[in-house]
Amino acid sequence: MQQAKPKPGILDKRAEIIAGLQAILPERAVIGDNISLKPYETDGLSAYKQMPLAVVLPETEAHVVAIMKFCNLHGVRVIPRGAGTSLSGGALPMADAVVIGMMRMNKILDINYADRYAVVQPGVTNIAITQAVQDEQFFYAPDPSSQLACMIGGNVSMNSGGAHCLKYGVTANNLLGLRIVTIEGEILEIGGKQMDAAGYDWLGLITGSEGQLGILTEVTVRILRSPEGARAMLAGFASNEVAGQCVDAIISSGIIPVALEFMDKPAIHACEDFAHAGYPLDAEALLIIEVEGSETEQSEMLARIRDICAAYHPVSMRVSQTAEESAAIWKGRKGAFGAVGRISPDYLCMDGTIPTSELPNVLKRIQAMSDEYGLKVANIFHAGDGNLHPLIMFDANDAESFHKAEAFGADILKLCVEVGGCLTGEHGVGIEKRDLMSVQFTPSELDQQRRIKSAFDPAWLLNPSKVFPLSGLAAAE
Amino acid sequence: MMSPDTEDALAEIIRTASGPLLVQGNGTKAGMLRPVQASATISTANVAGITLYAPNELVMSAKSGTRLVEIEAALAKAGQQMICEPPHIHGENQTIGGIVGSNLSGPRRVTGGAMRDHVLGVRAVNGNGEILKFGGRVLKNVTGLDVGKLLTGSFGTLAVMTEITFKVLPVSEATGTVVLSGLDAVRGVAALSAGLGSPFSVSGAAYLPHEKKVFLRIEDFASSVKYRTEKLASQLAEFGAAAILDTDASKIFWRDVRDCKFLDDAPAMWRLSVVPSAGPAILAALAPLGVTGFLDWGGGLVNLSGPANEATHQAVCDAARAVGGMWWLMRAPDPLRTAVDVVPPEPPALAAIRARVQASFDPRGILNPGRLRAA
Repeated sequence: MQQAKPKPGILDKRAEIIAGLQAILPERAVIGDNISLKPYETDGLSAYKQMPLAVVLPETEAHVVAIMKFCNLHGVRVIPRGAGTSLSGGALPMADAVVIGMMRMNKILDINYADRYAVVQPGVTNIAITQAVQDEQFFYAPDPSSQLACMIGGNVSMNSGGAHCLKYGVTANNLLGLRIVTIEGEILEIGGKQMDAAGYDWLGLITGSEGQLGILTEVTVRILRSPEGARAMLAGFASNEVAGQCVDAIISSGIIPVALEFMDKPAIHACEDFAHAGYPLDAEALLIIEVEGSETEQSEMLARIRDICAAYHPVSMRVSQTAEESAAIWKGRKGAFGAVGRISPDYLCMDGTIPTSELPNVLKRIQAMSDEYGLKVANIFHAGDGNLHPLIMFDANDAESFHKAEAFGADILKLCVEVGGCLTGEHGVGIEKRDLMSVQFTPSELDQQRRIKSAFDPAWLLNPSKVFPLSGLAAAE
Repeated sequence: MMSPDTEDALAEIIRTASGPLLVQGNGTKAGMLRPVQASATISTANVAGITLYAPNELVMSAKSGTRLVEIEAALAKAGQQMICEPPHIHGENQTIGGIVGSNLSGPRRVTGGAMRDHVLGVRAVNGNGEILKFGGRVLKNVTGLDVGKLLTGSFGTLAVMTEITFKVLPVSEATGTVVLSGLDAVRGVAALSAGLGSPFSVSGAAYLPHEKKVFLRIEDFASSVKYRTEKLASQLAEFGAAAILDTDASKIFWRDVRDCKFLDDAPAMWRLSVVPSAGPAILAALAPLGVTGFLDWGGGLVNLSGPANEATHQAVCDAARAVGGMWWLMRAPDPLRTAVDVVPPEPPALAAIRARVQASFDPRGILNPGRLRAA
């Protein structure tokens, strides 16, 4: 992956820039020595590494304003970072950029159950929001697999999804308001605590903008009352095609389960070895289906789903009988990436979305590519909404293996676009898919998006090497 | 009026336009927000027709001039529906482009999301006449900036949408409504909050001040609706004895809520979006001015009608602003709509960005100038 050229003169002024930041921030908020900077050189896409110029760790919105004004004045690039869990390299530093780490802004500022919202700082982890409201039986719905670590600021920036967004939607559908600091150091209040906002949908635009429009300092999320209960079932099938047809049949019947997950055989085996969830090892494809409601409602709904599955001759079908069993089923699914990490030294996690009817076709073609590249792949799929996660296994110590994995991944994403889907469903473009953007968008469509970025960030200082092919950055400068 | 038949022809008109254009579908929302001063009108009415419907993928695409009633009929035939149940407050000629362009949502918005939450992709022509496509037909997509959301609710001031792809959902097997009587607005919204804070997936939450009644809707399989309405009624026992509306009665009632049938035909109409608990105070503050209305979205949507004059409008804006809320002037004579802030003004820093974003789509400023704010 090609890196953007450092801005002329910035690297030479490194000591000056660090001193300047130290002058406006507490000592503990500025990191400038190479040993302490090392943990920031990469994120969840660890195949790419780059040491930053410096790291700043603001503790207040006023710190963020000061940092932005300083960087804007000196023309220094800024890379926002939450927990560093991005799988698309969204937080990958640049040699001439200051990383602004938001983890110290981690307070929950307000919780209101009557009006059903919580106001939090961007460094609060996803799970911490739910933990803060669960005694009142409330929860925050989007649940990315990294929810123990990932932060709400990163979730907003990437418009993160999760296994339960078939019913509850993605981050964008669960937000009410934001405060952001622009590169000029202006504080903007976006949305609020009410449901609809007048004027343009800035909330919708900023969500998923990958830190390119401003730095978040406050997030107002909707909180929801938890259902009475939830139960998962497993259905194993003799082929990917049949499992895909069964997904179609469930949705067509008018049932929208709260989650509908798909795993192919390599994924089933990797996850079972890791979680001992009782996944059927003789199945070619497995569906995890979860429903919510009272005990009776769960049973009725699962009975309907079992009837539908039965028509597709499952090789196994099992309804979870206890909370522990459901937890094990989800442990396997949510730990899928780690599970694959146990059987392969390295893997790339792809994230395309396809129309669900294309599933059998796409899986067949991914298998053919896997044979062609000589690299194994395990497929995990949010089947209800068409979001595919092929995990390509490779060995990072072997440069050729890595290049092959990258090319294989690119081919999968091109295939997703070709069948009517998109490059990324929930991980973001980041640096990983930057150069594929022209597969999905025409030059005028990319230019229109770049002009929107320029309206917020005229000098392209905010996370500028991500999302758009580098020619955009060059043109903006 | 120019009503091109194709996207290409529409793009050509915009490319070669020599001055401001009034952008509309069938013009049903012309009386809402500010009137546009333009020498020519361009309509999407003839760029019409459903282009894709995959019920098993919960997705439909339609050209922007397609009438909403046509879309709803096609969905109903397959047992599906628009999730946000758009209001029919502007008659039966409104187009899907108009609904998306104005981001108007009905009662299910309270838990099911707004129109903007269900737009998956758009095709649109910007002010340079460039045909652009953003998003797509899949349910999850974070590829690039979410321009579809930006265009939703932009009232044709950034680009002219030519095709919209949106998520749909099955119509529930049954609907039930829990009705609580004899509650003032404060108690009423407390009951709505308790209902929305229950585990029973309430999908509509309205309060009618003139009847002093609370309405909470459940939509699901028949057995679940029976179970949930009864449980909800018993959990809300502190608010009094509940009556329960069956599926047919519920559908009629919520259609009337959706279409604001509980507002009188006073010359001015407003829509306020506020925190739900603020709804009652707004009703109380405005009643002495002859402004009346009802609450939806658990108290968070205040639908109002009343006298059309600047003082009354100012009072409505002040009431919304006092609780950090938003307003839209939905109906008023042209002179009033021209003179006042029909939506909340922007702080200067945001206004500057907005102007640059607008220019990035429409550098000549020819698309619906002044529709949201005085130029």
